[in-house]
Amino acid sequence: MKDPCAHCEEMMQPYLDRILTEEEMVEAEAHLSECEYCRRRYRFEESLRVYVRQAVTEQMPAELRLKLASLRIPLD
Amino acid sequence: MATDTDEELDDVEPSEDEAAQRIAGQARDRVRFEEEALGLADQVYRVARHLTGSREEAEDLVQETYSRAFRSWRSYQPGTNMRAWLLRILTNLNIDRGRRSQRAPQTQALEANDYFLYDRLAENSDGLSDEDRVVERLSQDDIVAALSAVPHDFRDVIVLVDIGDFSYQDAAQILDIPIGTVMSRLHRGRRILKRQLAETAVGEEA
Repeated sequence: MKDPCAHCEEMMQPYLDRILTEEEMVEAEAHLSECEYCRRRYRFEESLRVYVRQAVTEQMPAELRLKLASLRIPLD
Repeated sequence: MATDTDEELDDVEPSEDEAAQRIAGQARDRVRFEEEALGLADQVYRVARHLTGSREEAEDLVQETYSRAFRSWRSYQPGTNMRAWLLRILTNLNIDRGRRSQRAPQTQALEANDYFLYDRLAENSDGLSDEDRVVERLSQDDIVAALSAVPHDFRDVIVLVDIGDFSYQDAAQILDIPIGTVMSRLHRGRRILKRQLAETAVGEEA
């Protein structure tokens, strides 16, 4: 029998990507509901993903928008 | 073949009308295409910014992409995913610029588990209890630096899937790699990213 937390760790990425099967999902959730150790780490991973996405999101420079519009092919 | 002289056009008067309609229709389609493409520019830039190493490179690449897209708009199939189509052009141009495959760093043992970063951060914080606080130990600059340090084969899939919200399937098409490769690079890439974050945030030795 595998260490349940090690198994849960393996399921974390697919869980958060929502690609686990129904059965695996139930299994992961059952473990998470009784294991604070894994629950914290799942929650951390989830907020990390959101945080990374926000941190690296940069507004497109306004001049670039104008430059792109100027690349349009004029109507004859 | 289109005819240019007046006499020839006089002979084919009914189809001249059709031809004019067709040209007008094409012009409309093209304008619609250009507007839709320009509407996606923010999202294309956001992804391009991290497929390349700098803002300047990203701006150049996005311009090149749009200039190419506007010229070859006819090869876009209406109703398909235009954002993925644009990104496909962009990644091909990026490869044409001489980008080579990069090997993953040999840090297998250290990235061997997914709880690694949490554990490192938790060890280095006093009385840490709240997951969001753990995340906040990482500054925005830490994250941008860590992401840019991920070898680009791995970074590409993270950027497309985790930042650009592309499906595995779209990412596979954009990068022209099998879906299984997308999944394994994503898995490995996220671990490499976390390893980089641990290094920046708590001075973990590589």
